[in-house]
Amino acid sequence: MTLEGKVALVTGASRGIGREIALELARQGANVAVNYAGSEGKANEVVDEIKALGKEAFAIKCDVSNSDEVAAMVKDTVDRFGKLDILVNNAGITKDNLLMRMKEDEWDDVININLKGVFLCTKGVTRQMMKQRVGRIINITSVVGVSGNPGQANYVSAKAGVIGLTKTTAKELASRNITVNAIAPGFITTDMTDKLADEVKAEMLKQIPLARLGEPKDIAKMTAFLASDDASYITGQTIHINGGMVM
Amino acid sequence: MAEVLERVTKIIVDRLGVDESQVKLEASFKDDLGADSLDVVELVMELEDEFDMEISDDDAEKISTVGDAVTYINSKN
Repeated sequence: MTLEGKVALVTGASRGIGREIALELARQGANVAVNYAGSEGKANEVVDEIKALGKEAFAIKCDVSNSDEVAAMVKDTVDRFGKLDILVNNAGITKDNLLMRMKEDEWDDVININLKGVFLCTKGVTRQMMKQRVGRIINITSVVGVSGNPGQANYVSAKAGVIGLTKTTAKELASRNITVNAIAPGFITTDMTDKLADEVKAEMLKQIPLARLGEPKDIAKMTAFLASDDASYITGQTIHINGGMVM
Repeated sequence: MAEVLERVTKIIVDRLGVDESQVKLEASFKDDLGADSLDVVELVMELEDEFDMEISDDDAEKISTVGDAVTYINSKN
């Protein structure tokens, strides 16, 4: 186990990719703060699974776009576990619409959770990580943040923003031994992608050289690696996990 | 005053790796003590912890010398 004794905070960890990341970090030995926004029951299930692995975990409700709530979440995590080594910014929403029809609040909501949330959580943990002189920040972006995608102007802009934020944060914090990387998943089977119409899925499959969808574990394994000591020389990078969809 | 200066000096010596004799009241963190912007942010964080106070970003921006820090802390205590 490569993360024995580490403490991780995973945002949006009650479902989908975030859930699998929280579980994988625990399998690798970490204690985990399981953040959720609405799905308390699902978050508690993740906590129970982590405890069954013999690791510590607790569920914590927080809207990542609210700076006061983020500060309280970070404080709770450090109070409970004594430190904070790994932040995974995974929380995200979609509100898809064609640009011509996209309402201002659809734009704002997605930017606030998916981009501002990463900024606030990163800022929130930086003080603790600087003190510790070590830290790992892993941001979950998306293949569409690089390729663009019709109907997702808000989501794509936020995810592209996360890549820029990752590079800047990596440069600012490198001297304190804090690495910051992004993972850009392609088409992964989750609640979020289940909502897509079958014809959309079929069309996407045609663009994937490996001709299948990814699994949450494909993302979780890379997250655990980037969080480990073995990845200490990797920073500011965006790792693409998409079956070859974008190269 | 003397006690505050002593505690501030210790933090600066530890954090910036400078000699105690360099830590004069008029010494600028950036120009005289070799701190970069991130070092100054960290120093302010450590002063907050050491003196159990919160230093707002606006106030922190005004702290550029050792004397500024000591004066600020004394004004709040």
